[in-house]
Amino acid sequence: MTGEMKYKDEFRDKWLVQNMAANIRRMAERLSAPVNFMEVCGTHTMSIYQHGIRSLLPENVRLVSGPGCPVCVTPTGYVDKAIASAADPDTIVATFGDMLRVPGSHSSLMEQRAGGADIRIVYSPLDAVALAKKNPERRVLFLGVGFETTAPTIAVTILEAARLGLKNYCVLASHKTMPVPMEILSGDPELNLNGYLCPAHVSTVIGGNAYKPLAEKYQFPCVVTGFEPADVMQGIEMLLAQTLRGESKVEIQYRRAVSWEGNPKAQAILRQLFEPCDAVWRGLGVLPGSGLAIRGDYAEFDAELVLKLDIPEAIENRACLCGEVLKGKLTPFGCPLFATVCTPESPVGACMVSSEGTCAAAYKYGR
Amino acid sequence: MCLGVPMKVVSRDGDTVVAEVDGVQREANVTLLEENIEIGDYLIIHAGFAISKLDEEYAEETIRLMREVFSEEDMA
Ligand code: SF4
Repeated sequence: MTGEMKYKDEFRDKWLVQNMAANIRRMAERLSAPVNFMEVCGTHTMSIYQHGIRSLLPENVRLVSGPGCPVCVTPTGYVDKAIASAADPDTIVATFGDMLRVPGSHSSLMEQRAGGADIRIVYSPLDAVALAKKNPERRVLFLGVGFETTAPTIAVTILEAARLGLKNYCVLASHKTMPVPMEILSGDPELNLNGYLCPAHVSTVIGGNAYKPLAEKYQFPCVVTGFEPADVMQGIEMLLAQTLRGESKVEIQYRRAVSWEGNPKAQAILRQLFEPCDAVWRGLGVLPGSGLAIRGDYAEFDAELVLKLDIPEAIENRACLCGEVLKGKLTPFGCPLFATVCTPESPVGACMVSSEGTCAAAYKYGR
Repeated sequence: MCLGVPMKVVSRDGDTVVAEVDGVQREANVTLLEENIEIGDYLIIHAGFAISKLDEEYAEETIRLMREVFSEEDMA
C-alpha cells in the first residue's frame, strides 16, 4: 500500500484492533486483581475516547487519564501574566492557538483580543521570531508552554533571535518535563497505578531510557506507546503481559518513532538554553525540578526578567474540578459542570479547552 | 498543541523541508534532527519542527508482527 497515510490506515485496522481486544480479554482472565494503567499523553486520551478503546477492554483493565495535556496543566497565574503583558500596546503576544480560551482569574486571551489586545496565533514558534523581525519598534512575547516535545522548538527561536541580534523578542517560559509528575502519581495510594502508557512524542526527545528509574523504583511496567488504536491496544497488551509475568520493565511499543536514547540534538539544545526549575502544575501544585527555566546566558530573552511582571495572586474557579481530572482521580462525567455549564464553546476549566484535554475529549467523543 | 503528525518529505531547501499529509503541504524546520533527511522520508512534525524521523522498517515490522500474532481465526 502506498500513499502518505499508509501507517495510519494500517494502525487503525478495525479487525486487527478487535482481535487485539479479544486477546486482552483472554489475558485479563488470569489477573488476580483489577489493574489501573495511566495513559499520560493528552493525545492518548483523545485517541482512546475517539476510538472507543475503553469499551473494548474488560472490567478489570482500567485506563486512567493523566496530566499530559500541556495547556491543561498551565496554571491560572500564567494566563494572568500573559494577559497583563498583552495590556501593553507596544507588545504583541504570540501564542499557540489553544492557549486563547484558557480562563485566567478574570478573563482569557480571547476576551482580551476582542477588547483590542494584539494577540497573534502562530503555527510554528519561528513565526513569532519572524513577527519580531518585522516589527522592530514593538516587543514580541511568545507564550512558551509545552513539554519536552515543544521546549526544543522554542529553544531554537531564542537561538535564532540571538543570531539575528533581535532585542525585541522574549519568551514567557512555562515548560514542563514529564517524568516528575509521573513519579508523584506513581506513589499515590488513592490512584493505585499498576503501569504507564508512557508519552509518545515526549519520548521521541527524551528516549525510553528516561523511564527506567521510575519502573525500577515503583516496580511496575512502563510502555512507550503510539497514538493509533492498534498502538494503544498493543501497549495495553504489553503492560498486561508484564503484569502477568510479574515484570517491571520499560518497553517501547512505538519503535517506529522512539529510540532508547531519544533525540540527542534536541536534548543538547534543551540543556544549552534551559535549566531545571520548580514549576506549578494545575491540579498537582508545585513540583520540584519539573520545569525548564531560561538559563542566565539568555536572560535578555526571558520575559520574566525583562518585564518584571508583578501580578496579584491567581483566583481559581473552585467549581472546576480540572485538578482532580488531571490527577486521574475524577472523570469528566463526575464534574457537575460537565457539558452543562462547561462546554468547549464556553469552557470553565483548561481541560475543556485543548482538544487533548480530558474534558474536551469526553465531550466530543464520550457522551 | 502537543500533536505530532507523520508527514512525507516532498522537497528540501537547507534546514527547511516541505512535507505532506493527506494532500496538505507544510513547511517544517529540520534543525532538531541529527539524521540525514531525504525526499520520501517520513518525519513527525510538531509545531513546525521535525522532532523524529519515522523508521519505516520498524513500522512495517510492527504491523507484520501484529498481523501475525492477532490473525488466528479463533481470535474474535
Ligand atoms: S468539565 Fe469543565 S469545569 Fe468540570 S473539570 Fe472539566 S474543565 Fe473543569
